[in-house]
Amino acid sequence: MLMSVTAAHVWLIPALPLLAAGIGALTPRVGRRLAAGAAIVALAVSFLLSCGALVTALADPAAHLVHNFAWFDLGDSAVRLGWLLDPLTAFMCVMVTFVGLLIFIFSTGYMHEDANFTRFFCFLSLFAAAMLGLIVANSLLLLFICWELVGLASYLLIGFWFHKPEAAAAGKKAFITTRIGDLGLLLGMVWLYDATGSLLFYDGGNGVLETNALGALTAQFTIGGLAVSTAIGLLIFCGAVGKSGQFPLHVWLPDAMEGPTPVSALIHAATMVAAGVFLVARVYPLMTADLPLTGVPLHALTVVAAIGAITALLGAVIAVGQSDIKRILAFSTVSQLGYMMLALGVGSWVAAIFHLLTHAFFKALLFLGAGSVIHAAHHEQDIRRLGGLRRPLRVTFATFAIGMMALAGVPFLFSGFWSKEAILHAAHGWTVSPLPLYVALAGVVLTAFYMTRLVAETFFGTPRSETAEHAHESPATMTVPLVVLAIFAILLGFLGTPAWPWLQARLEGRTEIHGHSLADGAGLMGLSIVLVALGIGAGWALYGRRPRARAAATDPIEGRAPKLFHALRQRLGFDELYAATVGRISDGLAALADWLDRSVWDGTIRFLARLGVFAGVVNREADEDVINGGFDAGSEGLRRGANAYSHAQTGDAHGYLRVVAIGFVMLVLVVMLGGGR
Amino acid sequence: MTKFPLLSLLVFTPCIGAAVLAITRRASASVARVLTLLFSLSTLGLGLVAAASFDPTRTGMQWIEQHTWIEALNVHYRLGLDGLSLVLVLLTGVVSPTALLASWRIKSSARAFGALFLLLQSAAIGVFLALDFFHWFVFWELSLIPAFFLIKLWGGPAATRAAYQFVIYTIGGSAFMLLGFAAIFAATGTLDFIRLAQEAADGALAESLARAGGWWPTAVFLGVLLGLAVKVPLFPFHTWLPSTYAEAPTGVSMFLTGVMSKMGVYGFLRILWPLFPAQLHAVSGVLLWLALGGVVLGAFAAMRQTDLKRMIAYSSINHLSYCLLALFAVSAATGGPKPAAHAAAAALSGTILQMFNHGISAAALFACVGMIESRCDGRRGLHDFGGLRTVAPVFAGLTGIAMFSSLGLPGLNGFVGEFLIFRGVFGLAPWAAAIATLGLLATAVFLLTFWQRVFHGPARGATTAGFAALSGVEYATLVPLVALMFILGIWPQLLARLINPLITTWAGHLNLP
Repeated sequence: MLMSVTAAHVWLIPALPLLAAGIGALTPRVGRRLAAGAAIVALAVSFLLSCGALVTALADPAAHLVHNFAWFDLGDSAVRLGWLLDPLTAFMCVMVTFVGLLIFIFSTGYMHEDANFTRFFCFLSLFAAAMLGLIVANSLLLLFICWELVGLASYLLIGFWFHKPEAAAAGKKAFITTRIGDLGLLLGMVWLYDATGSLLFYDGGNGVLETNALGALTAQFTIGGLAVSTAIGLLIFCGAVGKSGQFPLHVWLPDAMEGPTPVSALIHAATMVAAGVFLVARVYPLMTADLPLTGVPLHALTVVAAIGAITALLGAVIAVGQSDIKRILAFSTVSQLGYMMLALGVGSWVAAIFHLLTHAFFKALLFLGAGSVIHAAHHEQDIRRLGGLRRPLRVTFATFAIGMMALAGVPFLFSGFWSKEAILHAAHGWTVSPLPLYVALAGVVLTAFYMTRLVAETFFGTPRSETAEHAHESPATMTVPLVVLAIFAILLGFLGTPAWPWLQARLEGRTEIHGHSLADGAGLMGLSIVLVALGIGAGWALYGRRPRARAAATDPIEGRAPKLFHALRQRLGFDELYAATVGRISDGLAALADWLDRSVWDGTIRFLARLGVFAGVVNREADEDVINGGFDAGSEGLRRGANAYSHAQTGDAHGYLRVVAIGFVMLVLVVMLGGGR
Repeated sequence: MTKFPLLSLLVFTPCIGAAVLAITRRASASVARVLTLLFSLSTLGLGLVAAASFDPTRTGMQWIEQHTWIEALNVHYRLGLDGLSLVLVLLTGVVSPTALLASWRIKSSARAFGALFLLLQSAAIGVFLALDFFHWFVFWELSLIPAFFLIKLWGGPAATRAAYQFVIYTIGGSAFMLLGFAAIFAATGTLDFIRLAQEAADGALAESLARAGGWWPTAVFLGVLLGLAVKVPLFPFHTWLPSTYAEAPTGVSMFLTGVMSKMGVYGFLRILWPLFPAQLHAVSGVLLWLALGGVVLGAFAAMRQTDLKRMIAYSSINHLSYCLLALFAVSAATGGPKPAAHAAAAALSGTILQMFNHGISAAALFACVGMIESRCDGRRGLHDFGGLRTVAPVFAGLTGIAMFSSLGLPGLNGFVGEFLIFRGVFGLAPWAAAIATLGLLATAVFLLTFWQRVFHGPARGATTAGFAALSGVEYATLVPLVALMFILGIWPQLLARLINPLITTWAGHLNLP
């Protein structure tokens, strides 16, 4: 029995965690149970409400149920915000609350020792509130507000151990880098507002995602012959690039791993980083509005596909050369988000959302598994110094292996296989270019390879450090969430198989399901299965058959191609490149601004002041009477001025003004002479 | 009820307070402090009365008081209140008492400090309520005298130089404005803002001025512009600001940035724009670039500052330049072919909200730096600290909220104004909005650097000596400001309802004479 949750009620879904965040903020440090309890209960209720919302949304999947209201008056209208309930919102809410709940429970174990336990749950709840607000928003403005707030929560949580300089720096880097993208989003938003007079997505025919507005946006053209809808779409996409760690703004995401591992799982794997994908999916009618246009230089989705493909490959390549367990997973996240963007770009937003949902479960599972490893091995994160953990950490190993197989796309049983298939098929069907398909297929091999390497180095072979030897399984608060996530990492895939694409149908607003036989497109599926086998086989051959003996031993790839491996380890030098370009330019501009102030502007003023002093000195040396004379003239002028006023409009103002001007200059000089020196 | 001189009370109650302090020579420092605070709170109290009785649907002046003052010169004592004045009176009402609380521990002669501060407050209210240039200018200049002494006598080591620079620079600008108004008076025989605005709207003002010579309207306009540009300040007339704000005592810095900087923007909105719409339109292209200079270079210059007060001072230049950017964009679009009333309404609303919001957040940031300074032997360098959040988590939290409000985080007050300004400017001059985003980025960079260096990392520098918990007075300084950041961030309608009808009227009359 689920209560009926309508669009007017969905605000409760983010409001409850917000309340919990407020409670957490006001709870003193000793109130650990209260803060954690409030956070967990609030999110659990939000989960139930989300399930209710899902039931409502699925009753009529084609409908966009909205509840709009005025925020404040502006001119002869008002700035309006609103809530939205449709299958996309509902599925996302259920996923975020459910995965979030498991991660909250996991955190009670993982963060048990931390002195700022209550603050941690306050920030987590704040994050959940903002993330859910972003999902239920029916206004790009409200979405943007929540978008920035998830950024804040991410900043606070990456830098949660702020006494570590690296953590503090990583938080700042994340905030600034994503803000670069957000400025594009801001411009896109104000442009959209200016062009359509609204920011509501759906508003009974007047929303920006509805036919009227889209027609107007594609009928106008701007710089370079782009349709206005294309330009706005690309600006909005900038925000998604920043938030979802897409090339070229992907550099913050690996550093964000400085945060506690549950944060990495929740924010930097399952939910927030996927917000960019969600955003593009949400405004998909706008992104696709330019597709019918011919003769335009560019369609917005082409750029999305290109960025997605580059990122998918880039992340997978760099992941091969990392040796920090969380960094590998972070680059894997970058790569998988690239897959989602690629899916959006090639025209299948439902495939992107399907992959978003399955990825959220198996990547949260992998991160929490990594957290369990790190917890067991006393904060050892370097896979070279781990090893042999499959025996002491049985549950962790078993669930991690399921997550790994889901991510690698091991066929038929695991959810990642089905969602990745959906993306590959969408890329295959894209008529503009075959490149995204090739890139996606290359990524399949790499993903299977680096995940095999990760599992082999961590769980097989022998323990290669003191801490790895004495590792022991984590408590039930941590292992139970792992098991639950592992179950879903398997089951979720069956909601969207080609034979029975229930999820895709509901997202697209259809009540009937058009499945087709698995034999359709079997060639592509067969190819991808072969590629997965190739990746796993190569990974096992290099890292599994002859496990690493010592922590300091060279990596098999490093032995064969040292330069390549070094470049991968250095993340292909993007950080250095940005420091040398953007960083330099910004420093240079700051230095220029400072120099202009000190030398040019203030220098001019000082020069004028010196000139005044000089003139004053000359005058005094020559004859005191000049000043006195000036004063007399001023008095005389005042008298004449008064006369002039009494016979208004005699045209005598010139002379008066001249005298007043002289008087003022003198006065200023006198003040300077008397006081300044 | 209309006979009740509410506005005169608003203006002169702090003045009376100053007089009371001046004559109660034997009052102890603590009595003097309490008296000052009470008189200072009068602005907030009376301002709330005015807000409660304010009819936002009427766009003209309310609570008008008018008395003949100098008949021979046609000078009248005229006070009036509209949405713009009301918002600024409320801002003064909020910032002044908190600035006094931040000055609670000043070392010498609390009585003199209080009297001067109240005079300053009185002058500011006078500027926001006067409708006749004559006494508007008296208040305008009067504000400099107490400010000068407050900076010079209670300021930092280089305060004397800063105070002189501040006063002479500002007077230098004002002199040209006075000359301009002398010419206006000679040409029209009135100094009434409302009447002059009407004459300007139908083109009569420029005509009367032009009778003396074709270039007179432009010359007078430039004189008034210069006076206001120095006061705001408009880039590149801003070089007095960082040293003044840095050398002034904390409470005075709060008042200078919270209230006095708004006098300049108010002058732009009340005087320059209504009286010289055509002239402003003619140079608005150049002015837009200057405002952009303030937005971008102000923020980038802040990145180079190692003195925290100078850094916040530069961020003030950046924030106030957004207000001017919006106004100039509106002016540039005035009389254009494209009806841009919606964008103009957004830009102007944003300007007024930004004035209020910047007043709150900049004052709070100065208060925070002051609290650091008072605990660490006057040290306030960016590199003097580290790990302050470990020893003072609550203080760190409050400072963090003020900082995020200043960098325009949604959910806090600063965002609403900035969003409206960007929305408006984009509709009127899209390229300017695009360039201005650089300022948003740089602001995030330097504020987060401030936060990271001072509050994060391991405890080092001045932090290792410990950091006393906030006192009750310090909580009373920060908590109201922080509470307002949340309230106005979530519920901007509180202010928007006061100004919106006025804004709608302004935006509806974007024609040139």
